[in-house]
Amino acid sequence: MENLTTQMAGVPLNHYIYLCAIIFTIGVIGVLTRRNAIVIFMSVELMLNAVNLLLTAFSVHSNDPSGQVFVFFIMALAAAEVAVGLAIIVMVYRNTKSIDINVLNRLKW
Amino acid sequence: MSTQVFYFVATLSIIFSLMVIFAKNPIHSVLYLILTFFTFTVHYVLLNAQFLAVVNFIVYMGAIMVLFLFVLMLLNLNKETEPVKSPLIKIVGVIAGCCLIVTLVGSFKAASINSPLILKNQGLGLVENLGKELFGPFLLPFELSSLLLLAAMVGAVLLSKRDEVEA
Repeated sequence: MENLTTQMAGVPLNHYIYLCAIIFTIGVIGVLTRRNAIVIFMSVELMLNAVNLLLTAFSVHSNDPSGQVFVFFIMALAAAEVAVGLAIIVMVYRNTKSIDINVLNRLKW
Repeated sequence: MSTQVFYFVATLSIIFSLMVIFAKNPIHSVLYLILTFFTFTVHYVLLNAQFLAVVNFIVYMGAIMVLFLFVLMLLNLNKETEPVKSPLIKIVGVIAGCCLIVTLVGSFKAASINSPLILKNQGLGLVENLGKELFGPFLLPFELSSLLLLAAMVGAVLLSKRDEVEA
């Protein structure tokens, strides 16, 4: 394990930034193009994970464990968010018999 | 050699996350999302953040994905009930995403942070080090997050309970 991680020193930090930017953007595209509420939720999870990975990379880069503690808190928050969000989706499905978010367009007014 | 492991896993995570948003069947989306999270776990291991790797494995791939799959199967969704957006909206969404990535990459290029990632302290991401941090300076947020989880649990039960009085 230590052998592997010492060899990892060659990856530049900006490649991590590009990877996380790409995955974050994929999440944004998913939110913009899908209408299924659960898939939109999963795209939000993708965005959260991209940020988590970037926080970890910067934490390793600056040798500061606070970044990894933040990631831990974000994971706890994501778990809470998923539980409440899925409960809301189940309730929406029970009332409208669909999880198409366009059914909810009355929320705009 | 092992920098190539990073590029290989990074390619896999991009491919799988693309499959998440372009798969027609929501069940397939969830399965691809599990694979994406697995590649993220590998990234954490490569960064020697072993605590986060284990937590990511248990919380995301274990708990959250089971919750997603469970709800999907409870709602009995499949390809036929899948709502589709008009192609115009899809194209506009993809173009907007491409604009976002161009902007982000351009600004990062201007910042030009290309120092290689060096792990100075081998024990940085281990449980011992993170536990000291978590129960030291971050004790109050840690306790508050337990309150958050309790509130989320109560809220989820309350939201998904049938309203017996009105019905």
